Amino acid sequence: MARIGVFICHCGENIARNVDVDRVAEAAAQIPGVAHAESYRYMCSDPGQRKIREAIVAQGLTGIVVAACSPHMHENTFQNAVEGAGLNRYLCEMANLREHCSWVHSDREEATSKALELIAIMVEKVKRNQPLAPIRVPMTKRALVIGGGIAGIQAALDIANAGRDVVLVEREPSIGGHMAQLSETFPTLDCSQCIMTPRMVEVKNHPRIQLYTYAEVEAVDGYVGNFTVTIRRRARSVDESKCTGCGACTQRCPQKKIASEFDAGMGQRPAIFIPFAQAVPNLPVIDRTRCTMFLKGKCGLCAKACPAGCIDYEQTDTLVTEEVGAIVMATGFDVQPPTLYPEYGSDPDIINGLQFERLLSASGPTAGEPRRPSNGEVPRSVVFVACAGSRDPARGVPYCSSICCMYTAKHALLYKHKVHDGQAYVFYMDIRAAGKNYDAFVHRVIAEEGAQYLRGRVSRIYRDGDQLVVRGADTLSGTALTIRADLVVLATAVTPRPGSDALAQKLSVPYDAFGFASEAHPKLRPVETNTAGVFLAGTCQAPRDIPDTVAQAGGCAAKVLALFSADQLEREPVVSRVNEATCVACFDCERVCPFHAPEHRELRNRAGDLLRVVSHINEGVCAGCGLCVVTCRSHSIDLAGFSDEQTFAEIGALAPF
Amino acid sequence: MSVAFYPGCSLHGTGNDYAQSAHAVCQRLGLDLTELEGWTCCGSTPAHNTSALLSVALSAQNLRLASDQQRDSLVVACAACFNRLRSARHEMAHDEVLRGRVEHVLEAPAPLDVRVDHLLELLLDTYGLDALAARVRRPLTGLKVACYYGCLLVRPPEVMAFDDAEHPTSMDRVLAACGAETVDWPGKTECCGANLSLSRSDIVVSLVDRLLDQAKRAGADVVAVACPLCQANLDVRQTDVTAQTGHRYDLPAVYFTQLVGLALGAGADELGLDKSFVDSRPTLAGWLS
Repeated sequence: MARIGVFICHCGENIARNVDVDRVAEAAAQIPGVAHAESYRYMCSDPGQRKIREAIVAQGLTGIVVAACSPHMHENTFQNAVEGAGLNRYLCEMANLREHCSWVHSDREEATSKALELIAIMVEKVKRNQPLAPIRVPMTKRALVIGGGIAGIQAALDIANAGRDVVLVEREPSIGGHMAQLSETFPTLDCSQCIMTPRMVEVKNHPRIQLYTYAEVEAVDGYVGNFTVTIRRRARSVDESKCTGCGACTQRCPQKKIASEFDAGMGQRPAIFIPFAQAVPNLPVIDRTRCTMFLKGKCGLCAKACPAGCIDYEQTDTLVTEEVGAIVMATGFDVQPPTLYPEYGSDPDIINGLQFERLLSASGPTAGEPRRPSNGEVPRSVVFVACAGSRDPARGVPYCSSICCMYTAKHALLYKHKVHDGQAYVFYMDIRAAGKNYDAFVHRVIAEEGAQYLRGRVSRIYRDGDQLVVRGADTLSGTALTIRADLVVLATAVTPRPGSDALAQKLSVPYDAFGFASEAHPKLRPVETNTAGVFLAGTCQAPRDIPDTVAQAGGCAAKVLALFSADQLEREPVVSRVNEATCVACFDCERVCPFHAPEHRELRNRAGDLLRVVSHINEGVCAGCGLCVVTCRSHSIDLAGFSDEQTFAEIGALAPF
Repeated sequence: MSVAFYPGCSLHGTGNDYAQSAHAVCQRLGLDLTELEGWTCCGSTPAHNTSALLSVALSAQNLRLASDQQRDSLVVACAACFNRLRSARHEMAHDEVLRGRVEHVLEAPAPLDVRVDHLLELLLDTYGLDALAARVRRPLTGLKVACYYGCLLVRPPEVMAFDDAEHPTSMDRVLAACGAETVDWPGKTECCGANLSLSRSDIVVSLVDRLLDQAKRAGADVVAVACPLCQANLDVRQTDVTAQTGHRYDLPAVYFTQLVGLALGAGADELGLDKSFVDSRPTLAGWLS
């Protein structure tokens, strides 16, 4: 005889505001099979959970319905509570009175009666629940990190230092990402390279990190604990085992005027090049789209210059397969080019923030001295424009790029440090300096460095002779401004790295309208994704600065290590099972399953003779989606915890109402 | 598609060279530009400065006429009329209360079935640039034109939905199809001072001075406009600019239709080139037969 306990949560006021919880408790107690019903303000709190545990023991309850929020939110919480009282965790169900009822209805009377219906449905279900035991499967305790910027480097080092092997894949010829391009970092003005490059070397020398640069993730198969990843190693056209990084090839290359990606177009590189002096690995790569040998079939000067005979024009891409148990996505960001607004024109002296970083960097094309791209002179007046594309739903992106207020203040400061008599102007919408010591930094830039902050937008930029004319509004004084500038730096919007959406698809990770990967829960599961075993670090999820990125990457590492801490992977026992007696071996289930869980099982008699072949679901792979259940023509498949019998009982529960 | 032409008051008065050249162009392209029968003033600035209902109702009345005359679209040349008509349509479509009041005044349903198109849109979208280029008889090769859009054609963008509000290129594309070289200049959507021409001519003089200076610096031979008031300010006020600032420009301000007409083979008289204060004929002599 079922003895079901119903526990109704007020969720503060979230549910109680629109649902008469006391009346629901009274009515629920009358449902056949319900032995106990009560309501409480916060059922998820310690006293709330204690109520459940005590009732189970005192009343000998055989099943629990918690009528509260979404099971996405707290199913695990209540299952743990039930388990603490000695009841199988799968004998606990949730009726969603918040998202499915109180939040979406305004009529209290109707919401109250719907709440009771939702509870009655779950009571009928839980009466038919069976105790289930978790499934244990082996796992590969090795992680894949995709992206070798500061996020990927931090995650890889944290995991590797804890004693787990890591495969780090970077698309570019060197790791380092955008942070290696930066001059100094706000608000402490640490030299970016000085704090970044030692970490890059650490990655290269770490015995537990397998580094693939100039490589991309081609395919991802499998599931948490057991991913099989195919990695495409693009042909460097250089034999990595022999190359010493002497650079003779790069100096001999006749192509010298290719815009350098590392210098954001502010400097030039040859067709065979090492991206920057501190690159890891410090090996050249041939840009086949620009190399004369590949375009015209002759040249070969780099091969002649190489003392070690490393140049290999015939090299081809290779595919490697790696087995891993967890994946960290850390693919980073890009900044938009400074050409979004046609009324600003396209002038060589209008650049974006990343380009200005390269002009300020000691490793940059001007050795750290800001110079105008048009004529190489030191700019005497620089206009910085914040929100040049961000927070502009009509023409740019609607979101805040989060880092621009701070790096623009830093730019103004570094410019003043390098050009003492120069004038910096900053057009801004409002200043968002919410990090530790950030606001003080901005005030220092305004008060001590003399940067002139102007609240308003720039309407037009045009060239007048040797200078640029910037026209804009100062909305605090209500005046139109015309400023003559030698250089204009636009803080353009932060966007996800191109191709990160395609990668997210390979990883089955959802992403938003702008291409930023979506976390499982914005507050409680910020580094997890809805795909088990895949985690997010850094700006592939949202624009953020270096401290936040490093913290989040560390969070990813902790999640990966926690996953690897168990001997075996425990999986939810909500999986499909085949009734072998009725299976007709049509294998429609095999065709519809997105996870390749159905297998062919041979049934043999004692003598070993083959009787027939039936479908068998691999429990380690099954995700419990139920596609096979609805497809099976002989009704031979049932999903544990979601059987046909339970579903029909749930529908039947609505009949009395 | 059946269209009616809404000239507005200016094109029957000071801007009749705009009307003349618009008709010359459309006639040569085989575009019907029959005037809307019984049209009335759009109310212009005086109406919408005094009564929001009046300003919308005046435009609604003209749309009502177009609808009654089974026209799909009302084609407008004057930027101010165009702005009023499109704004009225937008406001009626987005404000039910206002629409009800307008219907009460009109004693008829709000005529939201009639589109409002600018002459530039007629050439660009209905006729097409390739077709226009094919009809060019005297390409304006070598003529440098600063296309001036002013305020009312493009703003506010959510109402006008005309081109890029900050960097429009419609007129540039039309004139480029006629062979002209349009210059990139910063003044294309700056204000000319509009009707302050009479009450605060000092402001108009300073604005016109800046516009002409920018156009001249960009190397323009002429400024092309799509608004009778812009044309008047840029043209008539040049003598005042010279008197007050000492800057002498001699830069003709012509309607874009006059340049298109020229390219299509129309003569100076047909296009009303004799009507402006700064005579454009010496500059355009090379293309006048």
